[in-house]
Amino acid sequence: MRVVHYINQFFGGIGGEELADAPLEVRPGPVGPGRLLDQLLGEDSKVVSTIVCGDNLAAENLEKVAAAVISEVKASGADLLLAGPCFQAGRYGTAAGAVCSVVQEELGISAVTAMSVENPGVDLYRASAYIIDSGDNVSRMQPTLAAMVRLGKKLSAGEKIGRPTDEGYIPQGTLKSEFVEKSAASRLAGMLLAKMRGESFEAEVPIQAAEPVPVPPAVPDLSQAKVALVTDGGLVPKGNPHQFPLAFSRVWGAYSFAGENALSPYDYEVSHGGYDNRHVEQDPHRLVPVDTLREMERDGDIGKLHEEFLSTTGNGNPLANSRRIGREMAQRLKDSGVDTVVLTST
Amino acid sequence: MTPVAMALGSNRVIRGRGIVYPTGDSDLPPNEERDLRRHIVQQALTALTTEGRTEA
Repeated sequence: MRVVHYINQFFGGIGGEELADAPLEVRPGPVGPGRLLDQLLGEDSKVVSTIVCGDNLAAENLEKVAAAVISEVKASGADLLLAGPCFQAGRYGTAAGAVCSVVQEELGISAVTAMSVENPGVDLYRASAYIIDSGDNVSRMQPTLAAMVRLGKKLSAGEKIGRPTDEGYIPQGTLKSEFVEKSAASRLAGMLLAKMRGESFEAEVPIQAAEPVPVPPAVPDLSQAKVALVTDGGLVPKGNPHQFPLAFSRVWGAYSFAGENALSPYDYEVSHGGYDNRHVEQDPHRLVPVDTLREMERDGDIGKLHEEFLSTTGNGNPLANSRRIGREMAQRLKDSGVDTVVLTST
Repeated sequence: MTPVAMALGSNRVIRGRGIVYPTGDSDLPPNEERDLRRHIVQQALTALTTEGRTEA
């Protein structure tokens, strides 16, 4: 098996943070951690080339770097792309996730990366790439590379991939059906007994806990503040331009009402399962109170109303997905100079 | 749904009128509904200008 390995400027031996702008280069054979990787690959496989790229350069030019990796993987006739391990390095993890995801999607060639679960690359690429959990300590290099090799070989051989805990990759947020011998009741009783005996057991549906969010400081002077309206109640312009589904939405939208004092029911509809949408469709202000905030803007109670509302469908959304949508919305609001937000929820 | 918002760590939570119309109420005459909406929005803005958590 022919393997292409992607690493950053630090592991490529070019230098540290001061050389994070190092341009992408392709070197023949293994480099840095690639030497150990090459040994772990065994007799029948080898690292044919190594792509080394500075972290800043990669993070700022993800598409160009992905294109360069695609052309190298093609040119070298590789069967597998491995990237990292990246541990806690955020820009490295983001680049590694991006190149793995794009190589898999565009070339149909298997790819595996590795990073710590806290790496921002995880939220971005866990669903589209296999990411081995490396932990946050570089001392885990050897076992991490070994897990990458095991999973990479299975993927490129088209073998069935086991559960995240069996293979060592970070859960991708999907559920797969499988046949089991015991009924749900008997599995449940087994777990309960294990818990009572103080033994370990594995929940079948892990519940993600929400992390505490520090309370943002109060707005000092509302009459100077730019206020925005956000909703997870699924209000969209007629025709649903971003095609919000009724649940599990991966998308959101920003919808302008510039120059309008109110939202007309003729212009909007709701895409959200689980609640009776008719009340909001009769009068969108029952969800997004533009009329009230326009009055308050006119009266000087608030400085300015941001002239678009942000919307998504908050129905049944997994926490990780909601977090991403929230981050993207927050970025747009920050870029628009918004000081504070009223978010309405159904 | 306010217990969900609080359980998930939202810091400033105001109780809306109902799940199907957080800032309205289709059973009220239009002028009363507008007053209700203004009252709910005003509570939200007050929470935003107050330090610390606001629990519904």
